[in-house]
Amino acid sequence: MCAKRVKQSPRQVETTGHQWDGIEELNNPLPRWWVWVFYATIVWGVGYSVAYPAWPLISAATPGLLGASTRADVATDIANVDAANSAIKEKLIAADLTAIGADVELAAYAERAGAAVFRTNCSTCHGSGAAGFEGKGYPNLLEDDWLWGGTMEDIHLTVTHGIRNTTDPDARYSEMPKFGADELLDKDQIAQVVEHVLQISGQEHDAALATEGATIFADNCAACHMEDGSGDRTQGAPKLSDKIWLYGGSREAITHTVTFSRFGVMPNWNTRLSEDEIRAVAFYVHGLGGGE
Amino acid sequence: MTTPDADPPSLYAAREPIFPRRVSGTFRTLKWWIMGVTLGIYYITPWLRWDRGPSLPDQAVLIDLANRRFFFFMIEIWPHEFYFVAGLLIMAGLGLFLFTSAAGRVWCGYACPQTVWTDLFILVERWIEGDRNARLRLHRQAWNREKIRKRAIKWAVWLLIGLGTGGAWVFYFTDAPTLARDLVTGQAHPVAYITMAILTATTFAFGGFAREQICIYACPWPRIQAAMMDEDTLTIGYRPWRGEPRGKQGVEGNGDCIDCMACVNVCPMGIDIRDGQQLACITCGLCIDACNDVMGKVGKEPNLIGYLALTDELREKAGETPRSVWSHVFRPRTILYTVLWAGVGIGLVVALFLRSPIDINVTPVRNPTYVTLSDGSIRNTYDLRLRNKGGSDARFSIAVTSDAFVTLTLEGNEGLTVMVPANETQTQRVYLTAPAGSRAAVEDRSNVRLWVEEQGTTNRVHHDTIFNGKDE
Repeated sequence: MCAKRVKQSPRQVETTGHQWDGIEELNNPLPRWWVWVFYATIVWGVGYSVAYPAWPLISAATPGLLGASTRADVATDIANVDAANSAIKEKLIAADLTAIGADVELAAYAERAGAAVFRTNCSTCHGSGAAGFEGKGYPNLLEDDWLWGGTMEDIHLTVTHGIRNTTDPDARYSEMPKFGADELLDKDQIAQVVEHVLQISGQEHDAALATEGATIFADNCAACHMEDGSGDRTQGAPKLSDKIWLYGGSREAITHTVTFSRFGVMPNWNTRLSEDEIRAVAFYVHGLGGGE
Repeated sequence: MTTPDADPPSLYAAREPIFPRRVSGTFRTLKWWIMGVTLGIYYITPWLRWDRGPSLPDQAVLIDLANRRFFFFMIEIWPHEFYFVAGLLIMAGLGLFLFTSAAGRVWCGYACPQTVWTDLFILVERWIEGDRNARLRLHRQAWNREKIRKRAIKWAVWLLIGLGTGGAWVFYFTDAPTLARDLVTGQAHPVAYITMAILTATTFAFGGFAREQICIYACPWPRIQAAMMDEDTLTIGYRPWRGEPRGKQGVEGNGDCIDCMACVNVCPMGIDIRDGQQLACITCGLCIDACNDVMGKVGKEPNLIGYLALTDELREKAGETPRSVWSHVFRPRTILYTVLWAGVGIGLVVALFLRSPIDINVTPVRNPTYVTLSDGSIRNTYDLRLRNKGGSDARFSIAVTSDAFVTLTLEGNEGLTVMVPANETQTQRVYLTAPAGSRAAVEDRSNVRLWVEEQGTTNRVHHDTIFNGKDE
């Protein structure tokens, strides 16, 4: 078979001379500059892999001659942000707690910084939306019922020292007696006082038992929860006459609470967060809708 | 399969230099005009001023990336109105479909920046080195003083044009007079210099050296266009039934084509249109001008090369009269493209004039969906984004309307009004509360409408959202 390259007229396309069953392979040559660009990219690639981290070794990649490191870049960026924020952090620490909101710039910073602190540290228990966990004892921070107070000072104090922990001597402390487990009240008395609590919180109840329970409540509970069940924030005694329940407001849940008591603990954050972070998160929580 | 017995042919070829000859005629004149207008718009636009008051830039066309605004004369586009840009891109796409299906690669031949700048560069080349023959001679001669001088001047002018191209580009992104001063005094941002350097280099390389290689090898548009043309599309073609056999004039049996190569010599793509419509042809029309010039001189009918459609080619070959140009331009397909194009355009214009100078966006807080308050009432939280697109600070009053009874309160604010600074977006958290046991409190979802009114004006906008009740 003839395998000669043919170019019959100037306008016809050259063939490579290859032929398969009579089908000829045409040769439309690539532009030569294109090939040079391809070689240039190879040279560039080699140079790049020498200058920048490229080849994976056992524990790390080759570092590259220019010493580029995205990890170091991030560290630098964080340091720069910290440096840029240092002035406003000092301002936040120096500010009067109740005056933060009046300063637009400071409030905007505290709001954002506090949200970040909250998501990282607080959302584990209080939820990412700060709605707590009703019935499990993690308080909802959005509503208007506060155990230890909802002013900026109160929230700041709670975050700083925590509640009922053993690590900070300044943590606020209170303990409800285990009326059932320690046999301070018998089963019937507990049933009666539970009916009374259901009554003052406006729920369905047995009126006869509730009347009996009122006396028991006055003798055993009113010292902390007050005569009318309005609670006492200085002791973290919850308000019982409203619609908000930390451990559930059903007959069963209240019975359990009276029998075995509850003991919610919050860690102190003064050893883990800086003062500006504590202030920021207090401001953030205060602005969630329940702040007083 | 057989293998070649000789050396295999090279799979790579060097670019063959092209020396387009000067030509004059209808299409050349049209192209000069288009070049003047498009380059004029490009270079002058950033320098136009437009007074928008003290707090806004006074550059008529400005892409303000730092503040996320786009200014176009009386129009100001905010990032949330990006659909205007998307709409314009759709219009540009439909416009290209329209022109390509009607008249082939008119974009490539007349309006594409690659074509326009290459044309400009060839013009400069001709001024400095002379027309085709002089340039061919210069190309072939050894590097002597004359060649060095001419090449140096040419490249210097090209570089200046490239610098101007890159320079004009950066002026679209910041205040042009300020940037011009900073550029000269060396105080401009490095990004401005880098952008200018890159655009200078690409303009110099693409317009001066790569030229038709960009169209043939780099640009995807010619490939896409092939799918948009049909047998009724007007493209540039040679009439072989009239021209062939080509050859000396006056010889018995020869056609109209005298094989003078004028059409090939003027072609910026270096092709022979007599081979038929082809991939490399950008339909610039210069071969038509060149051929008509020659036809006039030899006393023959013009338009041996001209705009014609495939269907006309068949008709003319069969001795029938071709259809008019308009019947090729106005076809169901092009009319449909025009209608779509105009529809999008009208939609955008209407949307533009219906924009309110204030705007509200509502993000209901869904974590949690509702909060029970101590008195048993149900509260929902919403984050509002209030936009004041006006030039002065404004006080917005917020209100709610709903079939259900809900009350509105603002976070950190005793009243129901908010100051929004001029030309800014402000976020405000608001609460809606339904009393315990009320309809909204117990129903799964209630419709509510949040209103914002700019005090002292009639500007009023609303946003519909949902109030979530206690889902029991």
